[in-house]
Amino acid sequence: MTEPAFSLRTSGRLRRRQLVNRLMGALALGAALLAVSVLAIVVISVASRGASALNLDFFTKNQAQGFNPTGGGIRFAIVGTGVIVGIATLMALPLGVMIAIFLSDLASPRLARVTRLALDVTNGIPTIVIGIFVYTIVVAAHGQSALAGSLALAIIMVPLIARSTEEVLLLIPTSQREASLALGVSRWRTTFGIVIPSAMGGILTGTTLAIARAAGETAPLLFLTSLGTSATADSNPLHPLQSMTYAIFNYSEQGDPGFQAKAWATAFTLMCFVLVTSLGAKLGMARYRKKMGG
Amino acid sequence: MLHANKRPAFKRTRGLIDRVGDPVLKAVTFIASAVAVAVLGVIAYELVTGSRLAFHSFGLGFLTSQVWDDVHGQFGALSLIFGTAVTAGLAILIATPLAIAIALFLTELAPKPVRALLGALVEMLAAIPSVILGLWGLLVMGPYVKDQLEPFLSATLGFLPFFQGAHYTVGVLSAVLVLTIMVVPIIASVTRELFATVPPELREGALALGATRWEMVRGVLLPAARPGILAAVALGFGRAVGEAMAVLMVMGGAIGIHASLFAFGDTLAARIAGQYAGADTNIQISSLVYLAAILLVISLAVNIGAQLLIRPIDFRPRRQRIALDRAMETQGMSAD
Repeated sequence: MTEPAFSLRTSGRLRRRQLVNRLMGALALGAALLAVSVLAIVVISVASRGASALNLDFFTKNQAQGFNPTGGGIRFAIVGTGVIVGIATLMALPLGVMIAIFLSDLASPRLARVTRLALDVTNGIPTIVIGIFVYTIVVAAHGQSALAGSLALAIIMVPLIARSTEEVLLLIPTSQREASLALGVSRWRTTFGIVIPSAMGGILTGTTLAIARAAGETAPLLFLTSLGTSATADSNPLHPLQSMTYAIFNYSEQGDPGFQAKAWATAFTLMCFVLVTSLGAKLGMARYRKKMGG
Repeated sequence: MLHANKRPAFKRTRGLIDRVGDPVLKAVTFIASAVAVAVLGVIAYELVTGSRLAFHSFGLGFLTSQVWDDVHGQFGALSLIFGTAVTAGLAILIATPLAIAIALFLTELAPKPVRALLGALVEMLAAIPSVILGLWGLLVMGPYVKDQLEPFLSATLGFLPFFQGAHYTVGVLSAVLVLTIMVVPIIASVTRELFATVPPELREGALALGATRWEMVRGVLLPAARPGILAAVALGFGRAVGEAMAVLMVMGGAIGIHASLFAFGDTLAARIAGQYAGADTNIQISSLVYLAAILLVISLAVNIGAQLLIRPIDFRPRRQRIALDRAMETQGMSAD
């Protein structure tokens, strides 16, 4: 063992560099902890205030008529959200998948680029602006309806479904398409018989994410299907329907703690739905990607 | 080919369907895409038509007038533009360093098993509906802001005009905080993906040269991801500008330009959300649509700008570009 030619003790400058390194690491850790604790605080405060007001009546009864902070539940808001989001999905899913097929298999690179830009820009339009748009083309002439709300949500969902489906279609190996085409199968049969079935898992998880997003939207429903929780409702999509998001807003506007408890309970129900579906879809997407080797 | 003439008759009809099927598929998917592009144009057209009355009455002076008087039918957007710029701008200022730090922690520092979990948690924050964040901001965060945060800011930084005045549960500060919570996960998840795409050779090269991890981040990772991070920040800004519900619930809904962050305020999106249903004069409705048109212009500029940052326009001559596109297509790559 000979003495090293130079000192292995850290010099002052190196010590300072390592100190900065550690400091930055600590800051990054702190930022991550902050984000997670904000999530925890929001989730816990919604859960602790919302869970206590939950009971079977809350899901199966309607808000009692008149000024009644404690009676009844949000049955029609749940039904309304189901109808509005369901119809929006029926409109957006076929359109989104068609656009994705065009983008991944048929369009020239330039046309695809224009379409992608349009989808991304539409995705960035504030949802309240989409609400105003649907108001002027539908509600101004025909009055409020759940269908108008569905149309607004569909405009929000199409770019999400189209982009996620396109991504999934690109994961399907070209060799599968080529094998089918080489057997003399026509292009459209290849698309619907080979490509779409193999992509189905990914398409559905992408759609689930879009549904979770749409179910949480309030702004586009405000003047399209804004039936207060104290009004009676049905499930006819041609009538204005209640929705869970509008119910939360409506309850929160009232000073009475009884109504606020209902806002929390509705928020808790909606939050559970949105978080569970989006987490499930994300996990499903990750598994699907792994399976496709993407 | 020996039995070609003995083909069963139904094969011929199938051949016909197949011959028609491909052009039909192409046409249908093309129309679907055309609809997606056209929707943008129709939205712009409807907003321009709807705001014509207000545009004729107030012109571009709408943008520089502070008045919002529904009794006398006088409307201007200045204090709403101010409120939007202050809330979204401050939210972005707070959120960007936080989000980049989170992304760095998730890609560089966190132990492998924790990464996926933490990443999922951060994305869950983005999934919480804005009306729920608004409710939380109003009833949980609001009292804290009024009783703890604002008195603290008055006591320590009260000599600045930004931290003076009475304390309320709602106001500009509450809106900034709620928007920050919304924007952080958006920027963080995009930035995280950007960091993950930086080639490992670059990182390892820097580390092999003796750089500390932070020096590698500063010298390699951040410069490599800079355009993408800018795009993510732009997208987050667009989201903050367009947020209506949460801001409507926590900002106080007042017209006026104040230096203090404790004061009430309002934004373009929140004003539309709060007043459109109750607007009863044509000029007020038209003024609200004018606000929506301003929002649309901002969101178009921000989003197209972000796209250009990610995929810069190709200024090479057209012929060369097409050749390149073709070459990449035959390689199975998209030019984008």
